[in-house]
Amino acid sequence: MRKLLFENLIRLPLTEPPPPPSDAAMEELAAGIGAASRRRLGRSLSIRAVDAGSCNGCEMEMHALSNAFYDIERFGIRFVASPRHADVLLVTGPVTKNMQEALERTYNATPAPKWVVALGGCARDGGCFAGSYAVIGGVSMVVPVDLHIPGCPPSPTDILRGLLALLEHVNEGGRAS
Amino acid sequence: MPTLSDILKKGRSVPHHAPWPRAVVDAAVWTAAASTLPEGRLTLLDLWGEASAVHMALLDEPAGTTAVLSLEGLAGGGYPSVAQLHPPALRLERALRDLTRLEPRDLPDRRPWLDHGRWDLRRPLGERGIALPGVGPYAFLPAEGDGLHQIPVGPVHAGIIEPGHFRFTANGETVVRLEERLGYVHKGIEALMAGADLIRGAQLAGRTSGDSTVAYAYAFSQAVEAALGLVVPIRAVWLRALMAELERLANHLGDIGAICNDAAFPLMLAHCGVLRERVLRAADAAFGHRLMRDRIVPGGVTSDLNGDGAGGLRSLLAEIRRRFPALIELYDNTASLQDRTVGTGRLGAALAREYGAGGYVGRASGRAFDVRQVLRYPPYDSLVFDVPVLNDGDVNARVWIRIREIEQSLLLIEQIIDRLPMGPIFSGIPSVGERREGMALIEGFRGDILVWLRIAPGGGIERCHLRDPSWFQWPLLEAAIEGNIVADFPLCNKSFNCSYSGHDL
Ligand code: SF4
Repeated sequence: MRKLLFENLIRLPLTEPPPPPSDAAMEELAAGIGAASRRRLGRSLSIRAVDAGSCNGCEMEMHALSNAFYDIERFGIRFVASPRHADVLLVTGPVTKNMQEALERTYNATPAPKWVVALGGCARDGGCFAGSYAVIGGVSMVVPVDLHIPGCPPSPTDILRGLLALLEHVNEGGRAS
Repeated sequence: MPTLSDILKKGRSVPHHAPWPRAVVDAAVWTAAASTLPEGRLTLLDLWGEASAVHMALLDEPAGTTAVLSLEGLAGGGYPSVAQLHPPALRLERALRDLTRLEPRDLPDRRPWLDHGRWDLRRPLGERGIALPGVGPYAFLPAEGDGLHQIPVGPVHAGIIEPGHFRFTANGETVVRLEERLGYVHKGIEALMAGADLIRGAQLAGRTSGDSTVAYAYAFSQAVEAALGLVVPIRAVWLRALMAELERLANHLGDIGAICNDAAFPLMLAHCGVLRERVLRAADAAFGHRLMRDRIVPGGVTSDLNGDGAGGLRSLLAEIRRRFPALIELYDNTASLQDRTVGTGRLGAALAREYGAGGYVGRASGRAFDVRQVLRYPPYDSLVFDVPVLNDGDVNARVWIRIREIEQSLLLIEQIIDRLPMGPIFSGIPSVGERREGMALIEGFRGDILVWLRIAPGGGIERCHLRDPSWFQWPLLEAAIEGNIVADFPLCNKSFNCSYSGHDL
């Protein structure tokens, strides 16, 4: 183990420069500014991931955010284990009927100010599962959504761009529900 | 002990079912076949229903073949339950009952499975009925005794994981019973399939379990091609296997890192995560999508491998070969890590065999089954590879199977790039004038994925059924955790890494 650790001291870091925040996300968020809550989060965001019916493709790319290339924690963004600790719910999947209540309860358990990010095409409008007897549709059918990040699944860079836009928005005192 | 072909002779063979036979049998033959399952010559591969028919797919491993037995023309009276004779069928039959109107007679567990009482209709694949009002509580199995307490977990879990509910009954730290409740991510995929065209069918199949998007699209396409008698260009056949091996590589690397992380050793996660990311980037460069989604379609593949893509894959192989051995050594020589994985979550060989457990779950518990080797679908019939098998059945063995399979996948990828035939990558779908049925079994990273479908004249999908390997692995997790401490559950669970979405459909 020592050899491996030592080698890493002399290897160049793999972490890549951050992508610019997504313009589309900035626009969607700017449009959302309403009742401005001016609470500053000190440039940090705690995210609680909620799979509301995804195929788990979106989760795979969410996991990738923590690898050395994207290293999401350097931006002060981290995944937390409880909605009670979260500022942001990152929701994936078409919301299934069987997950509706769990999503609502997770949302209600998250203290304000809070933001909801709908991740992936399914989270927007149900994606290719829309219209099924077992699916409600996009996340906004169940809880208010502040930002959509498109893709099937969105690449880690896309997710990062969206979250960085959210981080800037939050620090400027954007809407919080 | 009857062979599969003995049983098939007692039924009426169905025309236009390929590549393996399907026979309509009577209830007596059905029950006789089910009652031979515990003897172990035949393995239950799948069980599914339609409005008035049930089908059971069986594997005759010594003979290297499979077949489907069907009961047709069923009405209100239902059909004889398989689970009463062979427990691995239990959840399949509970799901079948939820989705069709058919009643498995003498089913030992009559609780619903996928239907949580929240859909706005009942029996979506049978004669649809209106939903019953109100959601009743789910009756978990009782566990009685002094000092027992229950720990409910989920459906929303603490990490970035799919939803499901786990009900632990523990005595102090020790788990005496785990009961799973699944179905939370049921999206109704099989009902969406009915009436869809083949293109949409392939998309839906590729979204059944995102981590196995290649394997599902592969299985779906192969089932369509079997049904239509379509011969796929040889280059596409090889490219499919290339994508499948890349998917296996990425997932196994991710799993090894995640298992070690759950044993509080994040260094492995960091290093495996880097290698996994390199695989996904090479896949993106070679095929235009990190997960290679929608790249396999009926008729062939949608993106070709060019010289740059192949070069990228070769340097990927070199990079993994340079870095991975040090990680294996690190895993093997870290006593604190071994302390957590060795002897933890042991699954016995008898259960693995009975449940026909596929993938690393089966192969870590002595079941040497790999579709690539047993059914030898092309191009694996002309590739050289080993199927690693271990007998310990613990978390450690499931890690080692993955390590060995990574090595095998590297060899396979190399052989494929070296010998990739030239030529077209797609051939058009012929239209046929009659009903056709097809089936495919593909080895995904998690185990064997089965797809069965019926195509209507004109090319629409009439019925498509997809069976994830997790159907037979989830129940075994309940067995493997027994007697372990609650704190080792994440470790055991990760070493199984069953799919929720693939199971819930
Ligand atoms: S958007 Fe795509 S990857 Fe994400 S859950 Fe939906 S189908 Fe899966």
